[in-house]
Amino acid sequence: MTRWALARVILIWAALAVAIGVPIAFAAGSEQLAWRGPVYILAGFAGIVALGLVLIQPLLIGGYLPGFSAYRGRRAHHWIGGALVLAVVIHVAGLWITSPPDMIDALTYASPTPFSPFGVTAMWAIFLVALLASLRRRLGLRPRTWRFLHMPLALVIVVGSVAHCLLIEGTMETISKAALCALVLAATAKAMIDLQVWRKRRALRGEGTARQ
Amino acid sequence: MTIVVLNRRNLLVAGGSVLATGVLASGVPGLLLPARADGLAPTETMSGGANNYRKGAAIVDRIGKGGFWMSGTVRRAGDGAPLAGQRIQIWAHTVEGQEHEPQSHGATLTDKDGKFRLEMPQIIPIFGQPHGHLAYDSGEFKTVFLRPVMRSPKDTSLEAHFVLQAA
Repeated sequence: MTRWALARVILIWAALAVAIGVPIAFAAGSEQLAWRGPVYILAGFAGIVALGLVLIQPLLIGGYLPGFSAYRGRRAHHWIGGALVLAVVIHVAGLWITSPPDMIDALTYASPTPFSPFGVTAMWAIFLVALLASLRRRLGLRPRTWRFLHMPLALVIVVGSVAHCLLIEGTMETISKAALCALVLAATAKAMIDLQVWRKRRALRGEGTARQ
Repeated sequence: MTIVVLNRRNLLVAGGSVLATGVLASGVPGLLLPARADGLAPTETMSGGANNYRKGAAIVDRIGKGGFWMSGTVRRAGDGAPLAGQRIQIWAHTVEGQEHEPQSHGATLTDKDGKFRLEMPQIIPIFGQPHGHLAYDSGEFKTVFLRPVMRSPKDTSLEAHFVLQAA
């Protein structure tokens, strides 16, 4: 590995650590934590971690993270997907324990808070993708069918999570939160463009042969 | 001079109401008649308003150590007459306790002008919005639960207004 390549690897991982670590660090310093119980605090941080995982997902599958080849990137994408489900479950369960009526309102789309429906919709999309992914082999889903199912749901997850997060007045600091959200959107857009996920595979192949 | 405060919530509320009135007014004229064309319409219970309500909180001079003012008015639907001696219950997540905890609840009575004002601990954001809860639940009029939201978590006061209709 040349010196430049090594520097690039370090820079990319450091940038990722900063993108996720700084918002978490700011939230950890929020004065509001003083007035919250441990379960509520845990629920809040599970939400922030979940947003960080949503950033990692397109980076892994797009092959932008050094050390993760296509195969390893995909394996890691599956594991991070599972971690995302776990983070969301902790987030929702913790909020339920903190204030059951508010959580019931949110889950039934009856909440007065504008961010709740975005979060709940993203949650169902996350659960659905995880379920489909775990059944993918058993259902015999072809790559094209999988893409057709996964890509719209991935968009719902990304847009829903970002809108949910931005509208909340909580422990997250505004600028670091907006930056993390912008990165999530940018990483998703880049991965989807690079992988040409919205193009039909056959058309792609036809174009590939035509160029030869 | 009027100072127009532009923030996210104002924009959302303004945008939402423009959208709602536009759609409703143009789509279904005649459907949007006020409840009482001849007077003041009653206040509707807000969604989530009754969350973490505890029945029968005591009338107090102040909730906890105070520092934050919740105030408002209580009037009668139709003629808008101020209603004196009405019990208003107030609760919120504050620096002294969570929403559901007994020490976060208290009640006060309206004066002869239908106004109420109760000092309570500083409200802080809970579930993503800094908000308070108020209830009229004495039975003479129809029960109403309100859930006003503060413009900023740093605000040290909040208002809510009731227009009650006969039970």
